[in-house]
Amino acid sequence: MSDISERVKKIVVEHLGVEADKVSDNASFIDDLGADSLDTVELVMAFEEEFGCEIPDDAAETILTVGDAIKFLEKNSA
Amino acid sequence: MFDLSGKSALVTGATGGIGGAIAKALHHQGATVAISGTNAAKLEKLAGELGDRVFVLPCDLRDRPAVAALAEDAEKALGQIDILVNNAGITKDNLFMRMKDEEWDDVLSVNLTSVFTLTRGVLRGMMRRRGGRIVNIASISGVLGNPGQGNYAASKAGLVGMTKSLAREVAARGITANCIAPGFIATPMTDALTEKQTEAIAAAIPAQCFGKPEDVAAAVVFFASDEASYITGETMHVNGGMIMV
Repeated sequence: MSDISERVKKIVVEHLGVEADKVSDNASFIDDLGADSLDTVELVMAFEEEFGCEIPDDAAETILTVGDAIKFLEKNSA
Repeated sequence: MFDLSGKSALVTGATGGIGGAIAKALHHQGATVAISGTNAAKLEKLAGELGDRVFVLPCDLRDRPAVAALAEDAEKALGQIDILVNNAGITKDNLFMRMKDEEWDDVLSVNLTSVFTLTRGVLRGMMRRRGGRIVNIASISGVLGNPGQGNYAASKAGLVGMTKSLAREVAARGITANCIAPGFIATPMTDALTEKQTEAIAAAIPAQCFGKPEDVAAAVVFFASDEASYITGETMHVNGGMIMV
């Protein structure tokens, strides 16, 4: 597991209060992990802070699963 | 009760009659305040009266990028913004059929759009800290309507709906958003009324007199306090009984 993947999953576990084994790459924040729409906004904020990058709104809208977030951050984080 | 020691507040329109009283009241309760307005000299004078725990941040709220920058500057100056009071407001009264596009646009831009922009900028920190107080100053005109104030009443009624929507979004994050709707308060804005108008208005107020800026400021202190944590999306009327809804 890449370092980025680990850091993303840690944030998701902490933020949504879910079991670590539920946070798979395919897990949807809303459908599988019980996030509401405001949680997804906060997750994006948390990713931005952790990885020191900016996630524009149109990109944020495409981040629906844990894997989406990892892929985006692998490409765009410093 | 209502102790604001250790809290930081940003107040827009602090050079106005009501805004100045709000800044003083929050400061008196122990808050550090950032005061904003268009008149830097007046802001400096108010800062001088307040003494310590005060920052001066002039801003023209018609200038959207400047409003976004105000949120950042205030956060830098204060460390964090616990309390945001969107008080700034202007009037450009005219009868509906005579109202110019600019009169409509200016009033909506300062009274409503800037509140959206500034609040959006401040929310991020409040969300992260799981707490905050947003207090928007609306008006009795936005509830009752007022001849010659189609633009002003629209902007103030808009604030009420916007505040309720925001309150629903962020309530679970410990952030409250409320409105205060002042009635007729003795300020430079109401000094513009003629004596005859003033008499007619006072006759329609059960308390039989105009309110003081301090009456509005007291309501702001209440909404800003920890004690008001379970009140959100509310509009508090401060109007001497002129309307009771």
